[in-house]
Amino acid sequence: MTTTQKQKKQIHLAAHFPGVNNTTVWSDPAAGSHIDFESFVRFAQTAERAKFDFLFLAEGLRLREQNGQIYDLDVVGRPDTLTVLAAIAGVTERLGLAGTINSTFNEPYEIARQFASLDHLSDGRAAWNVVTSWDEFTGENFRRGGFLPKEKRYLRAKEFLAATWALFDSWRGDEIVADKESGVFLADPDAGRFDVTSDQFDIHGRFSVPRSPQTRPVILQAGDSEEGREFAASSADAIFTRHGTLDAGRAFYADVKGRLARYGRSPADLLILPAATFVLGDTDAEAQEKADAVRHQQVSGQTAIKFLEQLWNRDLSDHDPDGPLPAVDPLVGEHTIARGRASVRMYTDPVATARQWRELAEAKQLSTRELIIEVTGRQSFIGTAAKVADALDEFVQTDASDGFVLVPHITPGGLDEFADTVVPLLQERGSFRTEYEGTTLREHLGLGDARPPADAIPGVDTVRGAQT
Amino acid sequence: MSAPHNPVHLAVALDGAGWHPAAWREPAARPTELFSARYWTDLAQEAERGLLDLLTIEDTLGLQSSNPRRPDDRTDQVRGRLDAVLIACRVAPVTSHIGLVPTAVATHTEPFHASKAIATLDYASTGRAGVRIRVSGREDEAALFGRRTFGAFEPDAADGGALTALFDEAADYVEVVRRLWDSWEDDAEIRDAATGRFVDREKLHYIDFEGAEFSVRGPSITPRPPQGQPIVAALAHRDVAYRLVGRSADLGFVTPADAADARAILAEVRVEQAAAGRAEETVHVLGDVVVFLDADASAAAERKARLDALLGRELVSDATVFVGTPAELADLVLEWREAGLAGVRLRPGGLPHDLEQITRGLVPELQRRGAFRTAYEADTLRGLLGLARPANRYAAA
Ligand SMILES: Cc1cc2nc3c(=O)[nH]c(=O)nc-3n(C[C@H](O)[C@H](O)[C@H](O)COP(=O)(O)O)c2cc1C
Repeated sequence: MTTTQKQKKQIHLAAHFPGVNNTTVWSDPAAGSHIDFESFVRFAQTAERAKFDFLFLAEGLRLREQNGQIYDLDVVGRPDTLTVLAAIAGVTERLGLAGTINSTFNEPYEIARQFASLDHLSDGRAAWNVVTSWDEFTGENFRRGGFLPKEKRYLRAKEFLAATWALFDSWRGDEIVADKESGVFLADPDAGRFDVTSDQFDIHGRFSVPRSPQTRPVILQAGDSEEGREFAASSADAIFTRHGTLDAGRAFYADVKGRLARYGRSPADLLILPAATFVLGDTDAEAQEKADAVRHQQVSGQTAIKFLEQLWNRDLSDHDPDGPLPAVDPLVGEHTIARGRASVRMYTDPVATARQWRELAEAKQLSTRELIIEVTGRQSFIGTAAKVADALDEFVQTDASDGFVLVPHITPGGLDEFADTVVPLLQERGSFRTEYEGTTLREHLGLGDARPPADAIPGVDTVRGAQT
Repeated sequence: MSAPHNPVHLAVALDGAGWHPAAWREPAARPTELFSARYWTDLAQEAERGLLDLLTIEDTLGLQSSNPRRPDDRTDQVRGRLDAVLIACRVAPVTSHIGLVPTAVATHTEPFHASKAIATLDYASTGRAGVRIRVSGREDEAALFGRRTFGAFEPDAADGGALTALFDEAADYVEVVRRLWDSWEDDAEIRDAATGRFVDREKLHYIDFEGAEFSVRGPSITPRPPQGQPIVAALAHRDVAYRLVGRSADLGFVTPADAADARAILAEVRVEQAAAGRAEETVHVLGDVVVFLDADASAAAERKARLDALLGRELVSDATVFVGTPAELADLVLEWREAGLAGVRLRPGGLPHDLEQITRGLVPELQRRGAFRTAYEADTLRGLLGLARPANRYAAA
């Protein structure tokens, strides 16, 4: 990049390892293993070759079920998050490593220990996507079961985060002198001292991991409720969102960035990164054709029925996917059909949504399957590399986002084409780095040093012995 | 021939700068690098060059302490450490044959998380994972989690006291971890395009474990790991812990004072094994030894004396402390093997020095005596330990 050129707003790119949902096409001949470590190596190294900011892993702590049975139409099974990231740290050098870790079915001391360890072992590349799934269904795999009422999920998340911050900050970074001559290993006999008391936690002692390169992992947040947005505004470095259109993106962007001032933060302190899918082709028409084919791979007749059941909350296994939508209305009330799925919670008014779907199906003359193809997870960016690069850049330059979490549909090679064709165009435009400038993920993301002390979080008393 | 008839199994126990509290002050020590990937990679690769069966990585929930019952405020010893399971994962892709056995604490933590973490280590190492399970009975460690309160910790109580409950919980923990590893049959992933099914759900199993401290439904979110069942190990000093080895482990680490003691301990472990209905299964028992090694015996003695002087007293350990040459250590190893142990887990007094003495001194000596492999004969830890890949408990016969 020439120095005379005005520095454009820089795009941040993350690579989402294909997940356990129908976006991921496992039936394609190019689809490889979702669990062998080789796939993670290949995927991560592609992302790093393309100078991505970070790799992203989702997590769900119970296999999804529908109609009382394990859901078998999508990819099932994935590795443990923190351990696979630690292994990936061994085959990459600069790529950030972001893991989704739940604040309900974990304890702060252990999670802080693991993230601080990952940050050391990766030389400052760790990130934590804090999620708050709280349901009893997932709780059945854990000591406490479904102990947390829904309305406390963000209280716990906030206190959880505050507790880990107290732990991360309990070492200042200058305690280890390790002077062989004098025999002084530790400059401070109280290093790591912490004491946290809140509604959810009452923990104290000394933290066992000395300060890591980034002090704390980069914090991502992915909840979309009012509380989720507020949590992100107060505490996160980046938001992973589903708001994928220009208009929705701009509205979300303005909303969330507008909340930052209240927490003494500036707009650059919180990055907005929507999930984005893409289909590339030599011509726009070819890309569109491929995109349609991919959508049909993603939504088989069977999958369409399953989606239908998630909104209708009824057993519709006899429904014909090639026929019209069911005549009955969705069953309102407790959701019993599908479990372990975040998407189910998005339908706040199932009857109204069903009405919209019917209107759309009628207007466009769509079968059930075609309708589901239309209303669920359409690809965000379709076209030639040039067109996709233009569109991505427009999003970022017009403040609909600060970048993207790209979700390829093929494991592990689904990022290759993007890396080879779109990234160079973004680099030519001066919108994306050509080399990593820093070594830590915070540096890649243009974030300053880790945020001020955790006791800024209201309602949580955190004390570090040595500082008080 | 690369695998002798009755080979000794050799493990090395990695902990900080070594097992002598003053080891970090040795000229070769790298105390400022203890929290770096490079340090652990170097050690693991050195151990692998010596063809060792496996390495273990020590861990505790809380900060190290010179007192086994409570924290201290010493500043003259190594304090701070990284999560052992994550260290093992970090070194997995840069090693190729050595078994990786990090420590995991069963008290306070979730068996569901531990099971998928070790399964993932097994994937990242393509079949070289194990886990050493330990318990934590300390009040101060309970306070780190704040979910349970323990009274003062009395590990030596004659009846086992609170330890019995902790070890029973650990046995439940291992049971859950193991069931979860089996909760996917090997061929559960079918990718059947004709029916649209990715998995055969008949081959995924709820484990429905119910115990005193937890119940777990399953199945795991992680498919069955390459070894089927990664290796489970435990360090045992007394009855309640021998019972855990007998009930739950593939590998026990014990601390005999001499060959006769080794025989007696082994007999106790075998009794527990039989009582658990596992008499027919292979449970390897390795003797732990803290080692200070030099080609010249007096150099080893001087080094040990220098470290003791820095410590201000003679080193005391739960395990036998050996000071001498690799050849003398080979004598001890073979004597203990005669007593029935499968081998030894060596705790280097100082790192990297005593590890290099093991890989470059002891190993060639044992090879000369036809008692140790001259090349890795298997790609998995189970393979190195002569253990077959087990059938899945849930698979229809
Ligand atoms: C884009 C996106 C990705 C998410 N990924 C995960 C995930 O991997 N695991 C998980 O447990 N929850 C995930 N969630 C759910 C949440 O992060 C959140 O905790 C949950 O939706 C409840 O919060 P809410 O009511 O604010 O949405 C995701 C949500 C969004 C919007």
